[in-house]
Amino acid sequence: MHPTDFTLRGAIDALNEGVISSVELTTAHLDAIAALNPRLNAYITVTGEQALEQARASDARRKEGVTGPLEGVPLAIKDLFCTAGTLTTAGSRILGNFTPPYESTVSGNLLRDGAVFLGKANLDEFAMGSSNTTSASGPVENPWSRANDPDTRLVPGGSSGGSAAAVAARLALGATATDTGGSIRQPAAFCGIAGIKPTYGRCSRFGIVAFASSLDQAGPVARTVEDCAILLKSMAGFDPKDSTSADMPVPDFAAACARGVKGLRIGVPKEYRLEGTPPEIEALWEQGLAWLRAQGAEMVEISLPHTQYALPTYYIVAPAEASSNLARYDGVRFGLRVTEPGSDLRDLYERTRAQGFGAEVRRRILIGTYVLSAGYYDAYYLKAQKIRALIKRDFDEAFAKVDAIVTPATPSAAFGMDEKQDDPVKMYLNDVFTVTANLAGLPGLAVPAGLDAQGLPLGLQVIGKAFDEETVFAVGTAIEQAANFTALPRLRAGA
Amino acid sequence: MTYVIEGRTGPWEVVIGLEVHAQVTSQAKLFSGAATEFGAAPNSQVSFVDAGFPGMLPVINQECVAQAVRTGLGLKAEIHLWSRFDRKNYFYADLPQGYQISQFAHPIVGTGTVEITLADGSTKQIDITRLHLEQDAGKSLHDQHPSKSFIDLNRSGVALMEIVSEPDMRSPEEAGAYLTKLRQILRYLGTCDGNMDEGSMRADVNVSVRKPGEGFRTRCEVKNVNSIRFVMQAVEAEARRQIEVWEEGGAVEQETRLFDTGRGVTRSMRSKEDAHDYRYFPDPDLPPLVLEADWVESLKASLPELPDERRARYVAMGLSPYDAHVLTLERETAAFFEAVAKGRDAKTVANWVTGDFFAALNRTGLGVEESPVSAAALGELLDLIADKTINGKIAKDVLAIMFETGERPGAIVDARGLRQVVDTGAIEAAIARVMEANADKVAEYRSGKDKLFGFFVGQVMKAMQGKGNPALVNEVLKQKLA
Repeated sequence: MHPTDFTLRGAIDALNEGVISSVELTTAHLDAIAALNPRLNAYITVTGEQALEQARASDARRKEGVTGPLEGVPLAIKDLFCTAGTLTTAGSRILGNFTPPYESTVSGNLLRDGAVFLGKANLDEFAMGSSNTTSASGPVENPWSRANDPDTRLVPGGSSGGSAAAVAARLALGATATDTGGSIRQPAAFCGIAGIKPTYGRCSRFGIVAFASSLDQAGPVARTVEDCAILLKSMAGFDPKDSTSADMPVPDFAAACARGVKGLRIGVPKEYRLEGTPPEIEALWEQGLAWLRAQGAEMVEISLPHTQYALPTYYIVAPAEASSNLARYDGVRFGLRVTEPGSDLRDLYERTRAQGFGAEVRRRILIGTYVLSAGYYDAYYLKAQKIRALIKRDFDEAFAKVDAIVTPATPSAAFGMDEKQDDPVKMYLNDVFTVTANLAGLPGLAVPAGLDAQGLPLGLQVIGKAFDEETVFAVGTAIEQAANFTALPRLRAGA
Repeated sequence: MTYVIEGRTGPWEVVIGLEVHAQVTSQAKLFSGAATEFGAAPNSQVSFVDAGFPGMLPVINQECVAQAVRTGLGLKAEIHLWSRFDRKNYFYADLPQGYQISQFAHPIVGTGTVEITLADGSTKQIDITRLHLEQDAGKSLHDQHPSKSFIDLNRSGVALMEIVSEPDMRSPEEAGAYLTKLRQILRYLGTCDGNMDEGSMRADVNVSVRKPGEGFRTRCEVKNVNSIRFVMQAVEAEARRQIEVWEEGGAVEQETRLFDTGRGVTRSMRSKEDAHDYRYFPDPDLPPLVLEADWVESLKASLPELPDERRARYVAMGLSPYDAHVLTLERETAAFFEAVAKGRDAKTVANWVTGDFFAALNRTGLGVEESPVSAAALGELLDLIADKTINGKIAKDVLAIMFETGERPGAIVDARGLRQVVDTGAIEAAIARVMEANADKVAEYRSGKDKLFGFFVGQVMKAMQGKGNPALVNEVLKQKLA
């Protein structure tokens, strides 16, 4: 077995049993990156030397009898997480030269638990996108391709496309990601891996480059649900440096995976039966529900009546917050500065931001600025906040009747790199099943459940109650086991 | 007595409201742990949060919240147990985040009131609209380099309280009295040092004018005035400018103006059309600020005595309202007075503190807290008068020596032989010498010119180098002259 084929759990066991060292495991991944990253572009920065150093230190610790929960495990870190001493670009030209002197809390937690960092994963610029085509470091390619059309390069989804592609192609055992409207779950689904956006407040946002503060949440992507559970346990936890971080105990998520679903009530929201959803996705959804029924869960039709307003609400709230969050990239203190001799401050702002931000980021800053402007605030931002409250209430009422909700993860499988690029609204529709969990602050897990007719992975989504990731992991594991998803992407290490 | 400005078309009333920015006295900034000390080297008190670095998040400083609540209580205002921080978005080089975190829609403190005392002794209530917490910006320095601007972020993120008054003031004097009183309350509370020359307190002055009996006319805001004297000058200058505009048949435009302290005029900074659209919205990095009622109560219970209460207490101790007012203006003065008055006659102490002691302080240019004469030393001096060791006249001289040398009064009296003479023999001898030298005046006195008595007292005291006991001198002199 090739060392990159381990699951994260498998690798931890192998390390613990002395079957493999962290240096060996890390070297295998660095070799895989060297071989495949030039094509996939999943990593913006590869920190090979540092990774080997960390691996050696981990092996040394292990000899001393010290083993953290992730001791010696090589991971990819989305390039939205600030990593002390390592370039952190957020996929943007404007941070193209930015090396933070501080570590994000989440990546710091992983280091605390013994993880090895292979490098910084590519992403849509400032996490804005659903295809990982807006990165200043170039697009990421999905390691999967269509069976009958292997030459068309597909997107890995976004914004955590680099993280998902790296994990799917075996260039990391797991990766950190972030999810503002679906940025963990959609790329996980497109790349045939698992990914969870935990409850808002579960992971600290400190040191993560902000997109939309009230929606952003960090989470893991990995090749199994249990691997996600193990990673989340390390990533999560109260952080006094983030005022929106939840002061709650972090349960043993991995233990919850094996709970089973017997007696659970699974909500099936009728509003998620969207017109135009491909029949294959409808069928997969039905299949998923059937699997759960077969394992003893009860299906309950529920109504989330404000679902249809979720996407427009999201595309008001998220750009509004982004327009303010991204004001700090002004060329004054760090990052890119574009100036002409004799130019004034306004000119500095205009040149720096025009050249530093890509088209999608500029579009969202403009939308956000517009919806917050005097005379439009009530009609857009305030209205959106009211609808957001109603969407939250929909879920509260539903969760009075059910333990978890199961829906498709995405309205389609991965698409071609040059598809949907000319129509932002079409692109935004990718998030139709995922944004509601962000608006309501709820945990949402994507789990690979099958393939479409082209042989591309499709995922299902499990949404849970706030701070009840345990049930989400249990339901996700049940689907995963029933699906027995063993298909592999064409581009992968060791293939 | 209403203050009016006479224009060509008749008298005009002035309407004034103040927005005061008071820097919260605290160890750390509003949302970061960086220090707040005045006068530190540029950019030496800046955290990554204050500099708006990627991924940095604000965390509220509980002490700043407590200071705002104390201030609200001191202004007899309602404390809002639920308040919220908004972002005020605009671009400037010394605003690192590209927004200021402020409480726009839901301030921590609501309506309150401040009582001001005017020169004629009358009082007036000035209502407070609100007090909210916000971050200060950094400082742009444009005069350090011919083509570059420098930025100092030491102030960036420092906690400010913006205290907004109703348009209740009607004269420069009232505006000055309000600011003085507000500063006094803040200093008593210890929530702001009130040092306007260090920028710890600055005022935006809203001014409009109107004919008596009218409703409000358009107002202009004079920004960032940094002394009480300048506020009073700015009010008058701006009122006169507006009267001129109206009387010329024009209309005052709502705008933001600056006060040119050198020329004593206001000039336009930006008009309403150029006003920023700040795109306020709730800061998603900060949950609403929710206070426990019990916590507010505990702050209330531990509040220091405020100037109004202290003044009332002094009047009850027998002081004149004027002395009570003067002694409570500064917390340090009141503390000094109380230290001297402990176990002594309050009224006598007040007379000495507001009289000779203040006069001597003024001559040295020192504040009470730097006085070379301690409260204990002044107390000893008053005890020497009370036990008749020295008389009041000599005491004044002793006080002057105390200011010069820092010596204790007892030592001065002993070393210089200033004990007053209570020996009637010595007094009689001095009187005899004076009467002998002034036989003509004695005759005049005895023929009915009573006014000469004072002359004899003076002469006798002079003959005794001022050390005669005044009561005894009077008594014996009366007998001898009879």
